[in-house]
Amino acid sequence: MATPSLLLLLADGRFPAGAHAHSGGLEAAVAAGRVTDLASLEAFLAGRLATAGLVGAAFAAAAHRAAVAETVGSAHPARSARPSDPPAGSAGRSAALARLDAELDARTAAPALRAVSRRQGRALLRAGRTIWPDARFADLPQKPGGAHQPLVLGLLCAAAGLSRVETATIAAYGTLTGAASAGVRLLGLDPYQVQALLVGLADACDGTAADAARAADDPPERLPAAAAPLADIHAEIHATWEVRLFAS
Amino acid sequence: MRPDTVVPSAVPAVEPITPPPATPPHDETVPHTHPEPGVDPHPPLARAGRALRVGIGGPVGSGKTALVAALCRAFADELRLGVVTNDIYTTEDADFLRRAGVLDPARIRAVETGCCPHTAIRDDIGANLDAVDELAEAVGPLDLVLVESGGDNLTATFSRGLVDRQIFVVDVAGGDKVPRKGGPGVTAADLLVINKTDLAPMVGADLAVMDRDARARRGDLPTLFLSIVGDPTATSVADWIRHELAHHAALHPLDVPVGPA
Ligand SMILES: Nc1nc2c(ncn2[C@@H]2O[C@H](COP(=O)(O)OP(=O)(O)OP(=O)(O)O)[C@@H](O)[C@H]2O)c(=O)[nH]1
Ligand SMILES: [Mg+2]
Repeated sequence: MATPSLLLLLADGRFPAGAHAHSGGLEAAVAAGRVTDLASLEAFLAGRLATAGLVGAAFAAAAHRAAVAETVGSAHPARSARPSDPPAGSAGRSAALARLDAELDARTAAPALRAVSRRQGRALLRAGRTIWPDARFADLPQKPGGAHQPLVLGLLCAAAGLSRVETATIAAYGTLTGAASAGVRLLGLDPYQVQALLVGLADACDGTAADAARAADDPPERLPAAAAPLADIHAEIHATWEVRLFAS
Repeated sequence: MRPDTVVPSAVPAVEPITPPPATPPHDETVPHTHPEPGVDPHPPLARAGRALRVGIGGPVGSGKTALVAALCRAFADELRLGVVTNDIYTTEDADFLRRAGVLDPARIRAVETGCCPHTAIRDDIGANLDAVDELAEAVGPLDLVLVESGGDNLTATFSRGLVDRQIFVVDVAGGDKVPRKGGPGVTAADLLVINKTDLAPMVGADLAVMDRDARARRGDLPTLFLSIVGDPTATSVADWIRHELAHHAALHPLDVPVGPA
């Protein structure tokens, strides 16, 4: 893709979509004594990538696929439309996104995490509407709490002209960097060591993104559903704390 | 002394600040950042198309929450008020505002800032804007939303995308050198409040020095000296906000709503 700068812009933790306020479950895991140092942070991040990272990336990729459905022919000149391709046009996109929304709800067991995903989607949408006013955000399901973050991300990346695998990469990468940065802030870890840890996870991140982009060819009900029940339980407990530094 | 800078002329020993009299019909000693002679800032206040958003920032413990409480008291029967706090917010804080009888907890929203209080009010303001929207959704249209920043250092400042005006609160107990240090809050806030003047004799702070330095840093921007202990409705700050509300209403008339609450 000829848009490396836009890929970097959307993957940047400084993109104003509220990432700084979320620890990806790390604040709760630290409080539970499960993450205390670099080694346990690495294990946490690897687990997060394999669960929330994979699912989020797959749904972002699937939303991207829905967004570019009408241009499938030109984007993939090598093949003709398959029966599983989402229908093109606004109505088709709305239907595809509504299905993805329901499927992602079904994969997010903790009510607190469903709310967080919609909250982050709302924040991303706020930024996206200003930056890409022509994107097809009107096709997102109109839910009171907002649309799920991966769905908004998929539309945003499509508007920015990014590819499906780039979209999945941004999603997977974001699940790692958000929690890693929270680790630096919560545990006072050496930031160089934490970056080194991310370098070590880079191949896994790229692999997850590739898997997610491939999975998005499947119909919504077949998308990945990896989960970590303890993270769900932690999220529910975290939501009841009187004082939280992070929103999740 | 500039008319818009009120410094207690002497440092009294006990209960230094006499509560000012009821607001006169048009008190031009009240500072305002955008003087518009044609606008009468006093009640009845014109309703605006959207709430005026006022950021209240400043170092830890300078009296931001105390000022929010004072303003809630001052505007209780006058304005439809909401508060967004980026403070590390405990139920005790909410209780404090409720017990003081100053604000219904439904009118307060807390924003988690992920240990980055300045980011949430400056670089990445979405969560705060969401909180402002949610307030209006929950309690209806508002006239004034106060956004309290987390206690930070002198470099914190609000984005213009989040607030229409910002007040920076420092206190005399932080040392009378603080205005001289500058920083965007001290130099550029629409209003600088130097709080806890009642403590000046205890901590050996020279208010004249603070006034001189603030003036040097701020040019024509207003500075107010305050003791919330002595003036629990922060009269001078409330008057400043009334002025700003009048200008805001002129800019955003009722029939032309601009953006979300
Ligand atoms: N003596 C005196 N104390 C004050 C005054 N204003 C506030 N205080 C006290 O100063 C302390 C801190 O006030 P807060 O309003 O919590 O300060 P804050 O800026 O909100 O603090 P953080 O949110 O923690 O940064 C409290 O104990 C207040 O009662 C004042 O004018 N005089
Ligand atoms: Mg406070």
